[in-house]
Amino acid sequence: MGPPDALGHFGSFGGRFVPESLVRACVELEQAFGSAWQDPRFHESLGEILRSYGGRPTPVTECHRLSERLGVRVLLKREDLAHTGSHKLNNVIGQSLLAARMGKTRLIAETGAGQHGVATATAAALMGMSCVVYMGEVDMARQALNVFRMELLGAEVTAVCSGSRTLKDAVNEALRDWVANLDDTHYCLGSVMGPHPYPWMVREFQRVLGDEAREQCRELLGGADPDWVVACVGGGSNAAGTFAGFASTSARLVGVEAAGGAAMTHGLPGVVHGMRSYLLQDEAGQISEAESISAGLDYPGIGPEHAHLADIGRAVYDQATDAEVLSAFTLLAQTEGIIPALEPAHALAWVVRNAGTTIASGQSVLVTLSGRGDKDVAQVRDLLSGDVGSGQQVAVDPAGVPER
Amino acid sequence: MREHLDARLASLHSAGRKILVAYLTAGMAPNWTEMLQALAAGGADAIEIGLPFSDPMIDGPVIQRACVRAIAAGTTPQGVLSEVARLDIEVPLAVMTYYNLVFRAGHERMAGMMADAGVTGAIVPDLSLEESGPWCESADRHGIATVMLVAPSTPEERARLICDRSRAFVYAVGLMGVTGERAALAPSATAIGERLGPLTELPVCVGIGVSSPSQASQVSAHADGVIVGSAIVGRILDGAEPDEVAAFTASLRRGLDANARSAGA
Ligand SMILES: Cc1ncc(COP(=O)(O)O)c(C=O)c1O
Repeated sequence: MGPPDALGHFGSFGGRFVPESLVRACVELEQAFGSAWQDPRFHESLGEILRSYGGRPTPVTECHRLSERLGVRVLLKREDLAHTGSHKLNNVIGQSLLAARMGKTRLIAETGAGQHGVATATAAALMGMSCVVYMGEVDMARQALNVFRMELLGAEVTAVCSGSRTLKDAVNEALRDWVANLDDTHYCLGSVMGPHPYPWMVREFQRVLGDEAREQCRELLGGADPDWVVACVGGGSNAAGTFAGFASTSARLVGVEAAGGAAMTHGLPGVVHGMRSYLLQDEAGQISEAESISAGLDYPGIGPEHAHLADIGRAVYDQATDAEVLSAFTLLAQTEGIIPALEPAHALAWVVRNAGTTIASGQSVLVTLSGRGDKDVAQVRDLLSGDVGSGQQVAVDPAGVPER
Repeated sequence: MREHLDARLASLHSAGRKILVAYLTAGMAPNWTEMLQALAAGGADAIEIGLPFSDPMIDGPVIQRACVRAIAAGTTPQGVLSEVARLDIEVPLAVMTYYNLVFRAGHERMAGMMADAGVTGAIVPDLSLEESGPWCESADRHGIATVMLVAPSTPEERARLICDRSRAFVYAVGLMGVTGERAALAPSATAIGERLGPLTELPVCVGIGVSSPSQASQVSAHADGVIVGSAIVGRILDGAEPDEVAAFTASLRRGLDANARSAGA
């Protein structure tokens, strides 16, 4: 997976669809990233922070009991063990270092579940920058604990009350802040979306996890690459970073969206948030809301490079339902002692559903475990106990996963 | 007969009249077409009809609210354009729309629908120069003048290219920020008028952050006209009747005309 064309296109997707006021900022960011990414000293500082502060490299864990249960060999890339509990830190450390290099002193970010907001607040604290996180009013209520985490870290969390008051509106609000504060502010976008250079830059900052995983898999698999590489897709950053590490291998790449937010399956090409990609939208082109049990996947679009990878057939995209996800969530907890975030539980759910069929018995599968489930346990408890406080009850039967 | 945006503004410009472009979000109130008449009666030289969009990225709270209301009321691009087609209104009409509504409809189809509705201009604020080719071709083919935007942050060379690609007028963005009323005029609003004047034969109109008669008057000393949106939309959201909207438009008109006289004297 190389750079996009000069205008930021991945095939017919991507680009830079922003108001003229933002074009120069995007161009400056593209140039700054381009030069930093060529600069060995930048890589050195980034690598050092990711190592000594971020907890990289994260391990790949072979799941013996789960593998036995499913009849396929399951390996997990453990981004849950990175600082702040998800892959989001890779991108945020990269962008905040770049922001410092550009002389910016203020970071702004959008967040849905709060994971990217927490990561940005963390980086801002580390770098001594001020930080404002935009979060939909609806999401703030759903993720109250993460709001408090961000505030503990010194960030200001601003409620977004416009539009549908969720993630997509938080992106709009962050863009509106950015256009008015370009002199001192960097917009730390949280996924492989938005205008050029974001989809490319964020993928490059996440590439570290795929590059590590490829080498770790080769050690575990006697020099071979896994047959399958599977990751969940909200905007698509953990998947893009993962795929970047495996695109030139023979591994089959699978992105898994939430059934309620499956832009690739149910969306149509469109333009929002500065990019052309697949989007959930109505006939006229009004953007719809995504809705699933996992706030981190509730984005009505998908990164443009994923649209392109699907177009050229290099990756396939599928979806997992809330019920399948809860099942996979408890299955991993009970077979491996790992509580995953609900987002990567989508990737696991796809593996569970396809083990022994699409994924032939005995084949190897790498799943990116993009984050840990601490943030989700209260919600899952409510879902499992039938308390509808935080959503609908979903029938789940971890024992119902067929033995093989 | 409704005049073409391009022709109308060119003749006003050469006659030395300062241009007033008024913006309204289509469907924001049940009587929005009456509001169009009120804007025309108050002295607007052209009207920008905003198609409501779910994600109006460069708009502030006022126009955001208008979009939410309009969409909730079932407003669609097609519905708006067929209502506009039936309007008996003399001032030239432009459509302001975020690009996805154009992209979804298809460039040719949208340009055709606009032309059929008697719309002669289009402003697509999130369509950057680099991505504008396919739309501009369709618009040109259907006689729709695509008005391009230049921002305070736009470098000189790029500003020249944008002015060259613009039709009817150049939309000079008055400040780095979203649409909305500001208590004071940003220095960038006058600076950009001065900067773009020498780059183009087209009239240069300044919009975003121009909301009062006195701000309109101040800006027009440095530019060929102004675009006023949030101040009008905000009044309608607050319950203003058509005659009040006409009166407010007339006050903007007087602000501009006062300046035209003193500048011409
Ligand atoms: C743990 C985790 N995984 C995945 C995602 C989805 O983002 P992306 O698709 O960019 O990896 C999120 C977003 O909040 C997340 O918190």
